[in-house]
Amino acid sequence: MYKGLAIIFSFYFIGEMAAELGNLPIPGNVLGMIFLVIGLWGGAIDIKDVEKEAEFLVDNMSIMFIPPGVGVMLYFGLLREELLPIIGALILSFVITIGFTGKIVEVLR
Amino acid sequence: MNVFGIFLTISIYFIFNKLYEIKKKFYLNPVMLSITSIIVLLYFAEIEYQVYMESARILSFLLGPAVVSLAIPLYKRRKVVLDYSKQISGGVVLGGLIAILSAFFVAYLLGGSRALLLTISPKSVTTPIAIGVSERIGGIPSLTAILVIITGIMGNSVGVPILDFFKIKDKVARGLAMGVTSHGLGTARIIQEDKLSGAVSGLGMALNGVFTSFILYYLIQILMSI
Repeated sequence: MYKGLAIIFSFYFIGEMAAELGNLPIPGNVLGMIFLVIGLWGGAIDIKDVEKEAEFLVDNMSIMFIPPGVGVMLYFGLLREELLPIIGALILSFVITIGFTGKIVEVLR
Repeated sequence: MNVFGIFLTISIYFIFNKLYEIKKKFYLNPVMLSITSIIVLLYFAEIEYQVYMESARILSFLLGPAVVSLAIPLYKRRKVVLDYSKQISGGVVLGGLIAILSAFFVAYLLGGSRALLLTISPKSVTTPIAIGVSERIGGIPSLTAILVIITGIMGNSVGVPILDFFKIKDKVARGLAMGVTSHGLGTARIIQEDKLSGAVSGLGMALNGVFTSFILYYLIQILMSI
């Protein structure tokens, strides 16, 4: 278990360092994920060493959104004032994106 | 140490997750129901968000390593990426751009403030990545999280009928459209229709997360200057 966690946290740390040192506007965890894919693909990391721990974290990700989601209670004022652009953008953008992406990919076949 | 927040979050999520396992309906989304009930509870008990967050933040901290761990499902499906590389790369890049631009411009035309434009732009990206991206570009991460989840619920509930309405039949196209638009919740729905669609949807979700986090900051700079 500690080997898997050590790998995950090493890549998380490297990703955060890269974002910081490179002054990049990209979340460090996303960079860590890319580095880990490269490490796996390049053969530097064996998937068996990290699979179980990683899948545990991914499978249980939903609960981790709840605390930041609750933070929306601090923005009820903004929500009320901008209800129209929020609802309009959510619905229209959803229909446009799903429709166009599907059509584009069909053409690309 | 104040453990109220983490106790509350885990207990409430446990209950709604159980309910969802019994009755798999999109409107019973356990994350959304948990967020709503916790807000109601904090509001009536007059407990401040900061007090709740004192221990609940341990859970959100785990989003960091969880996002890194997304490398594993991505790597495991590398064969699908290579098999459909043209559709996947095209769908992720163009679909990802359409998602951002349509949200940005519709919100702008309907009078959305600068804060809202920044907050709503990453709304099609998977929640853990969207939270990080929103933070980096100066949006409101917690509001982004809510908008992302609502977008996911839309995909989960009406995504399939909309794909049918647009007469999109190709399995790869259906999966990508769903994953790029409605991330994990959309993927959970389309995988019930077809396994390949589900696999591609999961890839579309992960790769759109990467794509959006790389370009959104720069794209927003351009959009804000015109």
